[in-house]
Amino acid sequence: MGNLKVTTPSDREIVMTRVFDAPRKLVYDAHTKPELVKRWLLGPPGWSMPVCEINLRVGGTYRYVWRNDGDGTEMGMGGVYREIRAPERVVNTERFDQAWYPGEGVGTLVLVEQGGRTTLTHTMLYESREARDAVLKSGMEQGVAASYDRLAELLASAPRKL
Amino acid sequence: MQAAARLDTTFAALADPTRRAILARLTAGEASVTELAAPFRMSQPAISKHLKVLERAGLISRGRDAQRRPRRLEAKRLAEATRWLERYRRFWEGNYQRLDALLEELQTKERKWET
Repeated sequence: MGNLKVTTPSDREIVMTRVFDAPRKLVYDAHTKPELVKRWLLGPPGWSMPVCEINLRVGGTYRYVWRNDGDGTEMGMGGVYREIRAPERVVNTERFDQAWYPGEGVGTLVLVEQGGRTTLTHTMLYESREARDAVLKSGMEQGVAASYDRLAELLASAPRKL
Repeated sequence: MQAAARLDTTFAALADPTRRAILARLTAGEASVTELAAPFRMSQPAISKHLKVLERAGLISRGRDAQRRPRRLEAKRLAEATRWLERYRRFWEGNYQRLDALLEELQTKERKWET
């Protein structure tokens, strides 16, 4: 369905919104069943997810490890489930092994189904603005040049009454 | 202002849909407050408030014409902020496109079982 929107409604949050052409139950399964999570939550090309353990209950933990298949670099993270309401809402903490941002993040996944389609809203709340900005800056090392094209793409998400 | 604080002001300014729409309008060229207010069923003072936020964030500036005081886009600052958001967006869009494909596959399987 495309058209992922990323916004920063406060100085400690990043919010992603996207529509999927599938019922909510399936989108929920794809976020909570390890054999499905491993198929898509991979990041840039060349990374796989050899470890994906999910103990889906309040107070239960999850553990993800990604591996760069080229150089063997591994990146791990995990956290605790705080709230689970299948198939509409999951709240969990997250912390990376390498601690590339200070403190812990809290992710809230909300799924709303309408006419067979599912709107996903994922909110990440960080402990500080510094942590939030560190997350946004991650991946900036490649220094992609700014262009009006991408700018227009972002702004296209603004409501136009022009 | 420090870079981080400056960027924060920019992100806060971009968080509002009206302000994003104002910026979208300004990509087409500078415009006066009256012109900017026209498409938004909003009073001029309300629009002026949004413009102040955008100005403080360094996203827009005022043109030379003393009477019209046209606002114009400060593309460099906007590019700086959108570059970060866009990188992040692309990363996740990549994941979500894989999820699209997976969901399609799961639904096809379900349909097969039903028939």
